[in-house]
Amino acid sequence: METVIAIEKVSFQYPNQTSFALQNISLHVEKGEWLAIVGHNGSGKSTLAKMLNGLHYPQTGNVTIGGLILSEENVWLIREKLGMVFQNPDNQFVGTTVQDDVAFGLENAGVEQAEMKERVLSALEKVGMAAFLNQEPHHLSGGQKQRVAIASVIALRPDIILLDEATSMLDPSGREEVMETIRELKEKEGLTVISITHDLEEAAKADRVIVLNEGNLYTEGTPREIFQMDKDLLKLGLGVPFSVQLSQLLADEGLLLTQRHFNEEELVREIWTLNFAK
Amino acid sequence: MMEKMILGRYLPADSVVHRMDPRAKLLFIFGFVLIVFLANNFFTYALLGVFTLIVILLARVKIQFLIAGLKPVIIIILFTFFLHVFFTKEGDILAQIGFLSIYKGGVIKGIFIALRFFLLILVTSLLTLTTPPISVTDGIESLFGPLKKVKVPVHELALMMSISLRFIPTLLDETDKIMKAQMARGADFTSGSLSNRVKAVIPLLVPLFVSAFKRAEELAVAMEARGYKGGEGRTKYRLLAWHMRDTLALLFLIGLAAALFALRS
Repeated sequence: METVIAIEKVSFQYPNQTSFALQNISLHVEKGEWLAIVGHNGSGKSTLAKMLNGLHYPQTGNVTIGGLILSEENVWLIREKLGMVFQNPDNQFVGTTVQDDVAFGLENAGVEQAEMKERVLSALEKVGMAAFLNQEPHHLSGGQKQRVAIASVIALRPDIILLDEATSMLDPSGREEVMETIRELKEKEGLTVISITHDLEEAAKADRVIVLNEGNLYTEGTPREIFQMDKDLLKLGLGVPFSVQLSQLLADEGLLLTQRHFNEEELVREIWTLNFAK
Repeated sequence: MMEKMILGRYLPADSVVHRMDPRAKLLFIFGFVLIVFLANNFFTYALLGVFTLIVILLARVKIQFLIAGLKPVIIIILFTFFLHVFFTKEGDILAQIGFLSIYKGGVIKGIFIALRFFLLILVTSLLTLTTPPISVTDGIESLFGPLKKVKVPVHELALMMSISLRFIPTLLDETDKIMKAQMARGADFTSGSLSNRVKAVIPLLVPLFVSAFKRAEELAVAMEARGYKGGEGRTKYRLLAWHMRDTLALLFLIGLAAALFALRS
């Protein structure tokens, strides 16, 4: 496995604040993995996201992205490698139409016009928004706008895509739509995905979950491992997904479930096939 | 709320005028605004009228949209008309009401001036009806491009314009939302004395401004994340293409100017 992001002993403190937003954090991200970073408000996850994109610089320690150590000199190179999707669908839509918005990043990179046309179209096809080329943002749903934001990022062909609470302002169907798009892209394009979220249902889709608490790395593991410690998670202010809670309660009632499901479909499948063996 | 904004609304269609280069359209309008002032008698106004009609027909814009665009300025047109009717003292007296006397010259002048306004507004609203705002911005950026040499931030101004255009509907929606939220809390925007109504707008404006600033900040971060670092080294996605029809349109306008010169008294 190739390491694409290495964070070594990073600390960060906002000016005029006594506590550290990030305290001695070290973590690695492997190429092609989907990493979820979870934590409640003020856990330091947004600070971490901003650091990965050069909006903050670590006060101590190093951030290495794609072999480059983050510094003011190579921040633009790093931004080419790591694309970011933000929380508010409206406030990251720069262009007046869908295609203009996707083209914005390409214009910045100085891509030739003919190539730009091609890349805009192929990026929009990948997120299933090619039919909306000339649509204006106020005619799109939140989920569609976020898919356009994803298209704008992948048009720039980054190695890593960072979702900073990208689904938190969407309704459940919009959320599903965006996560499905990301999953497909990850499979087809071999993108590395980092999703920063407080929604454990979103984190459940990741390969690996890191829990942050008060600027410290609290724990890490697969979603399954993380959800086993549901009491601890509640203490950290993180809501355990409904299906996990339900399987826990069913297990408490003496129902012999093989595991705690973090996916509603899996849970349903196990429940309706439960009596087959008997 | 959006539906009320006819002035400055683009109507997508496929016509010669729609396909024209926005630079040509801008130059055309600029030229037209100048030559409208050449007209000063019946023939010249008739010629201008026919010319405008041809342009409207070529643009295939429905008349009701043009009329809707005229509504906000009709009062100004009527005002200038009556100003001339009552205060120009030329020719024979047509009627006398008390101390007011209406002269023939005044009525003619009033009609001409109103007509001039009318034609100007028709043609300029044709620009916004047949050109997407973003193309107008591109056209302006390209026409003013040479000013970059004297350090005028043309690219930045054009970007500001296009971002404002993009956020108009977003902010209108937001205004609507805040208004409803304040009404739910008992705010009254529609009754009371004028000073009370002005005061009622404050709880609407403050949240709107706060959120607009927040949006601006987030947008700036998002733009930076996508590699925006100013106009230098930037390519353009929308390319403007000057065709034969654009040159022809401008020649047509020069011909009109010459005809007006010949016919004016």
